[in-house]
Amino acid sequence: MAESPPVTAIRNARIVTVGGPVIAKGTVVIHSGLIEAVGENVAIPAGAWVIDGEGMTVYPGLIDALSTVGIPGAAPAATAGRGGGRGQTATPATTTTAAATQPAAPRAMGPEDRPQTTSWLLAADEISPSDHRIETVRSGGITTTATYPTRGIFAGQGSLLDLITAEKAGEMVVVPSLGQYISVTRAAGFGGFGSGFPGALMGYIAYIRQIYLDADHYKLVKDAYAKDPRGLERPQYDRALEGVLESKRILLPANRVIEMDRMLRLAADLKQPVILYGMREAYRPEAAPLLKKFARPVLVSLKWAEAPRDPDPEADQTLRSLSNIDQGPAAPAALQKAGVPFAFYTDGIDAPRDLVRAVKKAIDAGLAREDALRAFTLSPAEIYGVADRLGSIEKGKIANLVLTKGDIFDSNTHIETVFVDGKPYKPVAEAPPGGRGQTTEEPGEIR
Amino acid sequence: MRKLLFIALAALAPVAAETIVIENATIMTVTKGTLKGSVVIRDGKIAEVGEKVMVPQGATIIDAGGQYLIPGIIDCHSHIAVDGGVNEGSVSVSSMVDIKDVIDPEDVSIYRALAGGVTTANILHGSANAIGGKTVVLKMRWGKDAQGMIFEGALPGIKFALGENPKRAGNPPGGRGANATPVFARYPATRMGVEDVIREAFNQAKAYKAEWDAYDASAARGEHAIPPRKDLKLEALKEVLEGKRYVHAHCYRSDEILMLLRVADDYGFKIRTLQHVLEGYKVAPEILAHGAGASTFSDWWAYKIEAIDAIPYNAALMQKKGIVVSLNSDDAELMRHLNTEAAKAMKYGGVSENDALAMVTINPAKQLGIDQRVGSIEVGKDADLVIYDKHPLSDYAKVQKVLIDGTVYFDRDKAVSAAKAAAAEKQKLLDKIKQSQPRQQPARRPNG
Repeated sequence: MAESPPVTAIRNARIVTVGGPVIAKGTVVIHSGLIEAVGENVAIPAGAWVIDGEGMTVYPGLIDALSTVGIPGAAPAATAGRGGGRGQTATPATTTTAAATQPAAPRAMGPEDRPQTTSWLLAADEISPSDHRIETVRSGGITTTATYPTRGIFAGQGSLLDLITAEKAGEMVVVPSLGQYISVTRAAGFGGFGSGFPGALMGYIAYIRQIYLDADHYKLVKDAYAKDPRGLERPQYDRALEGVLESKRILLPANRVIEMDRMLRLAADLKQPVILYGMREAYRPEAAPLLKKFARPVLVSLKWAEAPRDPDPEADQTLRSLSNIDQGPAAPAALQKAGVPFAFYTDGIDAPRDLVRAVKKAIDAGLAREDALRAFTLSPAEIYGVADRLGSIEKGKIANLVLTKGDIFDSNTHIETVFVDGKPYKPVAEAPPGGRGQTTEEPGEIR
Repeated sequence: MRKLLFIALAALAPVAAETIVIENATIMTVTKGTLKGSVVIRDGKIAEVGEKVMVPQGATIIDAGGQYLIPGIIDCHSHIAVDGGVNEGSVSVSSMVDIKDVIDPEDVSIYRALAGGVTTANILHGSANAIGGKTVVLKMRWGKDAQGMIFEGALPGIKFALGENPKRAGNPPGGRGANATPVFARYPATRMGVEDVIREAFNQAKAYKAEWDAYDASAARGEHAIPPRKDLKLEALKEVLEGKRYVHAHCYRSDEILMLLRVADDYGFKIRTLQHVLEGYKVAPEILAHGAGASTFSDWWAYKIEAIDAIPYNAALMQKKGIVVSLNSDDAELMRHLNTEAAKAMKYGGVSENDALAMVTINPAKQLGIDQRVGSIEVGKDADLVIYDKHPLSDYAKVQKVLIDGTVYFDRDKAVSAAKAAAAEKQKLLDKIKQSQPRQQPARRPNG
């Protein structure tokens, strides 16, 4: 498999282009990894490998708008459950390959020590083509991931990857730098005195503010020196600031509505284009108008709030936490209705059937199927500025396609073939149910 | 047709700023004596106070017959409504952090403070650092967003702290060396060190200010110099030196109080308030000479060694010396009954009823520089008002209604029914979620 024939044609298939109308019965021609033609009456080139799509549907490949796939050992990117709000538990991220090779950082005594910052890291330089998660998520129809380093405050820059089975990591990279992943979550909870700066949420925010002040000044000094170095003190090199300056947008976490407000204002102060991620409370009526006012896109975690299993009957649950469980999956429908641009991210949900289940919840809560699909295809492509090459089935775009029997977000749908860069992949069989038991959310937690 | 038009207008009416008249109340203005009468509120401000007032047409009438009206209570020392920790305890000077960045307008303590008659609070950073974070004054406008809570125009502050907290935070219990394993001990570990940290920070701040002043001067001359690096930590201290930011200093002992006043004099800045200041009664003349306010506890003492010489007469004694004294909570629960804290000043030290009330209203307003806006019932001031069913200095008094800017933010009757509705809603959700849960079988969830 994955030996890509020069020309492939899928004929007689239903084609959900996303960018345009659905073609009830048509043909898609793939040539050299690109979509060469799509339509009802498309001539199939001689010598093409022809797939009869009778009874099947072709979709654009799904794009996971925030992922760690490709960086083995990386924890899932900060989730809706750990977006940095009060009372939310944080899971310490396992080391990325890059961070693991570095000695333990000395205790930071202030912003000048650049705590928990690897802003210069590029996901593209960290990915391992042999990461087994590539095949797992691809089997669910994900052809593209916005993969980010997620360890630290300024964790590094994400890269857009096509999930081909590659020899060299570089072959996978569609866009090397998407933007800077910023988190404000402290593994041990806020307020610790024993560890270094920052210790409280306000310390994290002060640090973020200071770094952008420093970056502005750094650039000013560097530019002046480049213009005419004579008589000027030689500027210091600061890779943390280099990484910040290279990042054309920032990703900030926000789950509660008050966090959305806080982070949007912070990004406005920093004059940085921002994408918020998390969005646990985006179902609340206050959320959409707020997001609309700032006109910034958001990434919605598909890890919906869930009722605790076997809860302590004495433990008090707040009305808000219950509402989050009940209403959480209604967030995408609310954003759609309000016209807030949003994309989904899987938030560590790798198994295809779990992914379908999660999207289904949003659909059941009022999101139209086509809008759910768009939030997984064209919308993330637009948010990342790559709608000219990804996100829909259109002539000239990259041939990332999913061929299914049944609707892509139905639980009994069978994914036949996933094309990435025109290369066909058969989905791997999922682990039989009941075998390994339930995953635990927190390390050390026994259920 | 005419009737329809009338209905349409009636529906529109409340959109315009409401005119409210509170009638038949015992009005304790704090600054202008106590009278039986009415208060007229227009556009969020107090428009008229008197035994007899002209009731404007269409005004909403609140009958407070047999009840008491006082200005909204102001807490000069609170840590509620803060998200993600009140202490940036990792460093001894944390003036780069700002409470304003982490306001949590959904903290239920805001609503509960409101229910205790508090309308304004000085939200302080914790006391883990010799120089702590930047602070903010909030109005308890429950339901507004973070920006909507901020007391517009109130000068921001910064927290300082002396004594046990800043020297203990970040150091191993028992003092340095008590722990055999290497620890990240944080300087300072002594009271001497606390003073040194403050002096050193202001040495830096002075140099920083000089650098910026030179740059500003050159920019004013039209020269194109590269500006100095902006440092958030020193920026806040520069503002202190320029009188643009109030210093609220946590302190207990008289020796350290004198130390801080001398340090401030040396560097040419003012301590706006001494917080806790439990031995203030020993050094009241010096505090008065410096011009600092004193924000203290009513009768909370001996909870640690440096509080051993505290006496409940502190507030009264400092007041008699002429210091502006307020009583604060420093606590989300105590915050809900600051009226009884004020009453204790009558018991200990014989403060008059009016002066006691002033300690939780006009005095903290003066300390926060907002006394032109709040702190008493006077024409032109913000309509931040509290209605009690009994005399507000009585243990038995319950808050009935609280208004901020002329808007009712707390209403006891509504609060009771809203609590019932919320409980019902919660039960409904609990039942719904329980029903939608799959039966608890041995877990079957594939490991991704």
